[in-house]
Amino acid sequence: MKEFIGNSIFFGVGISLLGYEIGLIVKKKWKLAIFNPLLISIIFVIGVLSICNIRYETYEEGAKYLSYLLTPATVCLAIPLYEQIELLKQHKKAIFIGIISGVVTSLFSVLVLCYLFQFTHEQYVTLLPKSITTAIGMDISKELGGIVTITVAVIIITGVLGNMIADTVCKVFRITHPVAKGIAIGTSAHVVGTAKALEMGEIEGAMSSLSIAVAGLLTVIGASIFANFM
Amino acid sequence: MKYIRQFGIILAVTFVGEVLKYYIPLPIPASIYGLVIMLGLMMTKVVPVKSVKDAGNFLIEIMSLMFIPAGVGLMISWNVISEIWLPLVLIIIITTVVVMVVTGRITQKVILHDNKKDKERVESKEEVR
Repeated sequence: MKEFIGNSIFFGVGISLLGYEIGLIVKKKWKLAIFNPLLISIIFVIGVLSICNIRYETYEEGAKYLSYLLTPATVCLAIPLYEQIELLKQHKKAIFIGIISGVVTSLFSVLVLCYLFQFTHEQYVTLLPKSITTAIGMDISKELGGIVTITVAVIIITGVLGNMIADTVCKVFRITHPVAKGIAIGTSAHVVGTAKALEMGEIEGAMSSLSIAVAGLLTVIGASIFANFM
Repeated sequence: MKYIRQFGIILAVTFVGEVLKYYIPLPIPASIYGLVIMLGLMMTKVVPVKSVKDAGNFLIEIMSLMFIPAGVGLMISWNVISEIWLPLVLIIIITTVVVMVVTGRITQKVILHDNKKDKERVESKEEVR
C-alpha cells in the first residue's frame, strides 16, 4: 500500500483536499478562529504522513500541482484590484501611508525583538522579511545572508497566523473601514492573509492584494537598510 | 472552452512575468510582474476583465488550498528551527499582531481625516454661496 501511495501523483492533492474539507466542517461547527481550515488541513496532512510513515517528498510529488497554481493565482489578484481601482485612487494617500508605516513597523519590531532575544545577525536577517510574500522574502533573506529555509517557515507561519487572527484583531482594535482592513491584512500576512481578506469582501480582498505587491517591494529596500542595524 | 481560453490568457501573462524575472536582476518574483502586467492589460482594455474573470476568480477562490503543501513542508524544516522555536513563535505572534493593528489604525485614521476635510470643504463652499 505504501509503495502504491509513493507512486500515485493524486494522493498528495487528494489528502490535501480532504484535510481542507475536514477543516471547513470543523469551522462551521465551532466558529472559533483557531479552527482555521488551512491550519487544520496542514496539521491533518502532517498527522497522516507521520502516522503512515510517508515521506514529505512522496506527498509533495503530487501536492506540487497545488503549489503550481499559486503563481497564476497571484497574477489573478489583478482582477479584484482592477475592479476596485476607483476606490484605490480615492484613498491613495491613506493606502500608501498605511503600507509604509506597516513595513517600517514590521522591520522595527523584528529588530527590537531579535535584540531582546539576543539573536545573531544571521538569525536577524533571516526574520527581517517575515511579513511579505514567500517569493520576495526568500530572495531578500538569501541576499542578506540569512537562512532561507527558516525564512520560508517563518513567512508561512506568519501568513497562517494572520489568516486566523484577522477577524478578531480587526474587531478588538476597531478597524472597521474595509479599505483599512484589507491594507492591514495584506501588509501583515501577505498572500495567505489575502485569502482571508477575499472571504471578508471584495474591497478587503482588493486592498490586501495591492498591499502584497507594495509592501513586498518596500521591504526589499527597507530590509537592506535595517540589516545594518544589528 | 471558455475556461480553457481564460486560463490560457492567465498562463500567458504568468509566462511573460517569468521571462521578466529571468532577465531583470531584482528580487521581484514572476507573480508580481505578472500581476502588474495583467492590471495594465485590463486598464488599457487590451484584455477586457470579462475575458479572464471566471477562471481568475476560480483560482482566487481556491487560493487557500495552494498553501497546504508549503505548510506541510514545515515538517522537514522542523529540525532547523527546533532550537529557537519559542523565541521564534513569540516574535511571529507579536510582530504579526502589531503590524496588523498599526497598519489598520493608521490607514483608517488617514481615511477618516480626509473624509472630514472633504466634508468641511463642501460646507465652506456652500457658505460662500
